[in-house]
Amino acid sequence: MRHRRTNLIHYLILLAWSLIVLFPVWTMLVNSLKKQLDIFRDPFVFPPSPNLAGYRYVLQDSDFLLYCWNTLFVVGLTIFVTLFIGSLASYALAFWKGKASKFLYLLFLSGIMIPIRLGTINIFQIVRSLGLMGSLYGLIPVYIAWGLPMAVFVLTTFIQELPRELIEVAEIDGASRMRIYSNIIVPLIRPALGTVAIINLINIWNDIWFPLIFNLKESHRTLMLGVTYFFGTYQTDWTKVLVVLTLATLPIILLYILMSKQFIKGLTAGAIKG
Amino acid sequence: MAQAKRRFRKDHWFFFTIPALVIYVWFMAFPLFNSMRMSFYQGTGLIPTQFVGLQNYVELFTNPLFRDRLLGALKNTCILFAICMGIQNTLGLLFANILAGRLKGRSVFRTIIFLPATMSVLVTGFLWKLILNPHWGAVNQILVRFGLKQFEGYPWLGKPETAMIMVGLVTAWQWVGIPTMIFLAGFQGISEDVLEAASIDGASALQIFWKVKLPLLTPVIGLVAVMTFVGNFNAFDIVFAMTNARGAPEYSTDIMGTLFYRIGIAGQHPVAQPNMGVGASIATVIFFILFLGVSMWMYLRERGSRVQ
Repeated sequence: MRHRRTNLIHYLILLAWSLIVLFPVWTMLVNSLKKQLDIFRDPFVFPPSPNLAGYRYVLQDSDFLLYCWNTLFVVGLTIFVTLFIGSLASYALAFWKGKASKFLYLLFLSGIMIPIRLGTINIFQIVRSLGLMGSLYGLIPVYIAWGLPMAVFVLTTFIQELPRELIEVAEIDGASRMRIYSNIIVPLIRPALGTVAIINLINIWNDIWFPLIFNLKESHRTLMLGVTYFFGTYQTDWTKVLVVLTLATLPIILLYILMSKQFIKGLTAGAIKG
Repeated sequence: MAQAKRRFRKDHWFFFTIPALVIYVWFMAFPLFNSMRMSFYQGTGLIPTQFVGLQNYVELFTNPLFRDRLLGALKNTCILFAICMGIQNTLGLLFANILAGRLKGRSVFRTIIFLPATMSVLVTGFLWKLILNPHWGAVNQILVRFGLKQFEGYPWLGKPETAMIMVGLVTAWQWVGIPTMIFLAGFQGISEDVLEAASIDGASALQIFWKVKLPLLTPVIGLVAVMTFVGNFNAFDIVFAMTNARGAPEYSTDIMGTLFYRIGIAGQHPVAQPNMGVGASIATVIFFILFLGVSMWMYLRERGSRVQ
């Protein structure tokens, strides 16, 4: 009896919090489908006849899709390079026994605990001296450097736990290290690569700091920088503002619902720094 | 000769680390170090070249223009930390304790609790800014509907007394999923035998929580606290979205991140030029605060494990 009552209380607590979480997301979604006046008249219900004018406007008459594409480009390229060079380094650090290896590993790990933003002043100068200020391409090396410590940590740990026999057999067969990497290591570490990809996807997709610092020119704006400008320009037009916010969040939310286990695992691992 | 060759083969492990090493050192490790060095320099151009010793720090700590802002930002960041510890992490502990049980549908709740952590801080901030809008926002409408007429048109983000608290609450709303998951892993690590033994001894659920689970969870609580600390001293986006980079109103939401951005990069009133030297010294101050926090955590953890 007492047990049942605790359960009820637990359900009530979780339901109350779920409401608090879902309420803002729900209002964002439903109100993006309404005309301005309907938002103010009845902000919480799903509109009987959804009004897609806001979506049509944002997708057709603004640079939203361009910004989307810019972000996808940066995210894709960064994740690809990070996974490639990160896994190469991790493969070496997992097998290479010696003082130098230990030192390099610690050098990478120290980057997990120190926020990269603290180096912004000099990063700004470096990117400027490369002539990449205002350009998307300036973001990519910075994002790769940002993601590498976590990638090296996750991947090295994972490779160290792989069964040694598989690799030893290949070594006896005379396979080169590069061959072992591409034929054995990469297929085996796929789950860990997924974790690293998710951490980076979220970090880069949602980042506003570096696009702001690098003062990206209009045609190079990332999605979140675009959202900032849209929010300023559309300020009084709530439908458009909410459409922009919805479109900027929905891809990630959908992906999260599809693979929530991997997301939770990856992001929690990414958050534990140290 | 043969041995030297073996020691540095064509496919020596070192070569595999080169690409990652170059990018990491060039764009992260070196700039972190170099930014600290720059805190000893001044100059009018974009790269400070004139060595001035500790003058940037003297400026930062004594010039009222900087000092008042620095103290204000420190205070506000501490408020943010207090709200995150008191609300976000306490709720996380509560949710984790519930989710560790055998409740039906707990994976659905877990997914919902974690959802905001996948959203952009910027979007979260803008969204809550609309919800907290004094005239049209849902919060005030609901409060008024419940008969709390005094909140009609109350500008939550426009008053220095409430703005920082709102920023802290939204931060807690967004990140509560992370401590929840970490505490959940901690609870799941406590052996069933211990809990069973306590339960046979007649301990109530509440007693088990306070006397058995919580002491066993101390290291995890420390980890969450230090993560929150680092996160708060690195925060920027939420204030940028909800109020602005000037920490409106009247600098009441100005935190270390916005202060660093304003002075080091964007340039602040009344000088519209960034002061990179002083900016670098702010970054260094943040670094040392984080270093102090993390060291303290490591010291306590070390001492705790020795006692056990």
